Amino acid sequence: MKRNYIALLIVCLLATLPRLVLAQEDPAAAVEAVAAAVEEAEAPPITAADALFTAHNLWMMIAAALVFIMHLGFACLESGLVRAKNTTNILFKNTMVVCIGILTYCICGFNLMYPEFEDGGHGWLQFSGFGLSSPDVGMTAAYAAGYTYWTDFLFQAMFAATAATIVSGAVAERIKLSSFLVFSTIFVAISYPITGSWKWGLGWLNTLGFYDFAGSTLVHSVGGWGALAGVIILGPRVGKYVNGKIRPILGHSMPLATIGVFLLWLGWFGFNGGSVLSADPGLVSLTLVTTCLAAAAGGVGAMTLAWSLLKKPDLSMALNGVLAGLVGITAGADQMLPMSAILIGFIAGGIVVVSVLVCDKVKLDDPVGAISVHLVCGIWGTLAVGIFGAKAGFSQLIAQLIGIGAIGAFTFIFAFALFLGIKAVMGLRVSEDEEREGLDVREHGNEAYPTFQPVPEV
Amino acid sequence: MKKIEAIIKPFKLEEVKDALGELGIEGMTVSEVKGFGRQKGHTEIYRGSEYTVDFLPKIKVEMVLPEDRVETAVKAIVSSAKTGKIGDGKIFILPIDEAIRIRTEEKGDKAV
Repeated sequence: MKRNYIALLIVCLLATLPRLVLAQEDPAAAVEAVAAAVEEAEAPPITAADALFTAHNLWMMIAAALVFIMHLGFACLESGLVRAKNTTNILFKNTMVVCIGILTYCICGFNLMYPEFEDGGHGWLQFSGFGLSSPDVGMTAAYAAGYTYWTDFLFQAMFAATAATIVSGAVAERIKLSSFLVFSTIFVAISYPITGSWKWGLGWLNTLGFYDFAGSTLVHSVGGWGALAGVIILGPRVGKYVNGKIRPILGHSMPLATIGVFLLWLGWFGFNGGSVLSADPGLVSLTLVTTCLAAAAGGVGAMTLAWSLLKKPDLSMALNGVLAGLVGITAGADQMLPMSAILIGFIAGGIVVVSVLVCDKVKLDDPVGAISVHLVCGIWGTLAVGIFGAKAGFSQLIAQLIGIGAIGAFTFIFAFALFLGIKAVMGLRVSEDEEREGLDVREHGNEAYPTFQPVPEV
Repeated sequence: MKKIEAIIKPFKLEEVKDALGELGIEGMTVSEVKGFGRQKGHTEIYRGSEYTVDFLPKIKVEMVLPEDRVETAVKAIVSSAKTGKIGDGKIFILPIDEAIRIRTEEKGDKAV
């Protein structure tokens, strides 16, 4: 070690020699240069622990970026499954929700979700202050073994925005934009972090033993409950259920929808892989495998059931199946062996197909299947932790049920009341005329696919 | 002058254009349309609900010709667009009051 120091010192001195030689007229600068070189040579060496922390944090930052790309995925999927005349509107909602989500998480969400409950206590509501400020150890492994304070915030902020954006697909093509933005802001700023704190914030559900690895309940079903509340209060699209018949409203771009689902699958590498909260090779690699197996099985499961029930292979169902598998594995991706992951995904694929059909039967108009994918399969994935894998068992199953019930009740009541309040104050739904014409022109003043130039060329 | 409007199956467009080209007819306007006649639609299913597809994609070919060329043009269209199966389409012939070439302002037969 000492030889390295001496070598370093010599190199630094040699490096400063030209300056020493040329700066003969400025001896003070020369002395400074040598002092700086000496200080550099005496800097503490990088330890193995430092390098490991850097590796962990690097993976977590990449994971945050992967979860971020899910927003592009949602934007593509949702716009693909709605009509062309509403595309600008859906894209606008997707763009703004991620912006609003990240900002509110910075302002209050993060500290509402991680309010420093007593570990092992029964905390259910606490707030550790507005804004972000890193504790002194925030940039070291003393804060967390796998990430810095800032990485912690950003990774979690991306999750928050994901929960919020689930609602936008279910309420598409008929919700007023301003009402939707108000709902999303309050929902992501307050409801999502409170329920999240009960488990990941070390609140009462955590103490109870409830387990949700990456958010089947905390993120997906929360979004799903919000979607359900919205769909019930909004009502179906004009012309969807007529004279006792269910009339399909076709999505306008299957390529966009498909691109969206694959982007979401890609994002899940970070969504589940990053939920290990470190770059632990064994855990992360296992999680990525279970995630991908469940996605694949979900696609095949949905295809199998849809094809046999509905005579022809429906692409949108297959796409929903892939997502169902992903949502289903999310609660226990680190707990499952490959066979369990495949079963969970395959069953989720079947569940989502049935759920889509049932939703239409009970007149819950959900253009993209958000309720079926995120709520129903989110519940399935959470229950699966008590049925398959390392934590399987009756008491775990009970804990899962309690978590599902508690978070479900809080979120649904919150969202339902919020939608009702917004409806009373500012209206929730666009007029029938506007809905028929398409939201792009009336709400935004520009079509996503202008045919004849609306503005004359000179 | 007469206008010929021909509704044909979309994949027949190239053949029809070539057949007319052989007769020296070099001008036409085409548009993508949907329609049905006696060729009934069929039932499809999307996310579990059925709907009927009544309107089928077709191509409409329009051209204005001097009266003496109409008969040969119609024969060419019929033989190139026919498949013998239902949905082959129809041809309509309409009278034209006037035709003007915009660039040179020529009128009548000289304009078509």
